[in-house]
Amino acid sequence: MMTLALGLIPLTLLGAVLGLDVVSFPQAMISRPLAAATLAGALMGRPGHGLIVGAVLELFALETLPFGASRYPEWGSASVVGGALFAVQPSGTPGALTAAVCAALFTAWLGGWSMVWHRRLIARWAAGMRDALTSGSCDAVTGLQLRGMTSDIVRGAIMTWVALMVFVPLQNAVLAQWSFTAIESRAAVVICAGAVAGGAIWKIVHTTKGTTWFLLGGLAGGSLLLLVT
Amino acid sequence: MTAPRLPVRTRAAMFLRLLAVQGAWNYETLMGNGIAFAVEPALRLLPGGRGGDRYRAAIARQNGYFNANPYLAGLAVGALANAELSGDPTDRIERFHTACCGPLGSVGDRLVWAGWLPACSLLALMAFGLGMRPAGVVLLFLGTYNIGTMALRYWGLHAGYREGLRVASALGAPLLRQGPAQVARASALLAGIAIPLAVRGVIGPAHEALEIVFAAAAVGAVILARFNGRVEGWRLAVVALALFILISVVR
Repeated sequence: MMTLALGLIPLTLLGAVLGLDVVSFPQAMISRPLAAATLAGALMGRPGHGLIVGAVLELFALETLPFGASRYPEWGSASVVGGALFAVQPSGTPGALTAAVCAALFTAWLGGWSMVWHRRLIARWAAGMRDALTSGSCDAVTGLQLRGMTSDIVRGAIMTWVALMVFVPLQNAVLAQWSFTAIESRAAVVICAGAVAGGAIWKIVHTTKGTTWFLLGGLAGGSLLLLVT
Repeated sequence: MTAPRLPVRTRAAMFLRLLAVQGAWNYETLMGNGIAFAVEPALRLLPGGRGGDRYRAAIARQNGYFNANPYLAGLAVGALANAELSGDPTDRIERFHTACCGPLGSVGDRLVWAGWLPACSLLALMAFGLGMRPAGVVLLFLGTYNIGTMALRYWGLHAGYREGLRVASALGAPLLRQGPAQVARASALLAGIAIPLAVRGVIGPAHEALEIVFAAAAVGAVILARFNGRVEGWRLAVVALALFILISVVR
């Protein structure tokens, strides 16, 4: 257990940085699943495995756009968890992708709650500094900003480390008892991801005039590419 | 009184701080503290300098409640810096501070969150489905997304400072008026191409299962689309996948 805890330090640091990118700084979308899971896979020596998890999670993430004060899943640290869990399993292990994606989705869900708690914490700090802020203290403004970002890094690190500490042994236990074939397992994940992405895209674009034809045109092009590539 | 030309160093500091505009986002003042943080380098040019009465009064005005899309917050930051340095009346600055939240939020959300982000994401998923290497997919996604959003941030800061409190006219720019619709059409086209290719890319060599997967995913997508946002598909997916895992383990 001690070895596992120490071995997770590089992934924890990556999760911390990517957790910060989600909202606080710099919102360059390194925290989106395609990038974050691939980076986690690369850290484990298998960027290709990370990219596969990243692509699946990205399909889910199309549904959850980070509008202002709304509650949404936190994909940064969750994608690090998913990418790392899939990358440590041997290629072709039945159920490895299913377990990794499910763990990442749970982490993203909890990560969303951790962001709510973090925002409440900053509000408490801001209330405690109200006199300094209303008197125009630059130190108070800068101090609150730095505290917010520092605590967000810590939040991302804790999320990643705790999730990996729970899901690494759990994944091993689950995969030891796995009974579906590799094809069935992947199909289950991809059906869910494809359905969510399809529904999400319709939700985003259907209010704009003429988009149905663009979507149908794209589907025709996509089908053609499936045949020729 | 017109606002002075900002030194390059001040503009650079404001731009860098804009990247952290949501660093202290909270449920009381939302991104208000971040706006004060980003405007602050310009306020040092006020008479009396850093710590002077006008400087402190301006900081106090700027760190109240404020919300906007983070990528368009530069418009407000630039405009507020201009207004403070021009000596515009306090009540006008405060009215602007309140009034610009709504438009900057809705226009920015439609352009970036519901437009540019999904489009870049779908472009990268298409590249993944066509077999591009991991580094290429990541660089394509991050490159396209950040070229667009960094340019938007830079333009916002520049246009905001140039126009001051008359910045509402900048919101009528063709990019902001027609951009969301054009990006939505591009996203629809890309989605049609990218989602099937990405699904095949994840399935890998098991191509015999592709037809069933496409059919099941299409049925699921139609069902979710009919709910029109009342049900979050990803939450249903967590439950479905957890059940699938449970069945696989206990059967």
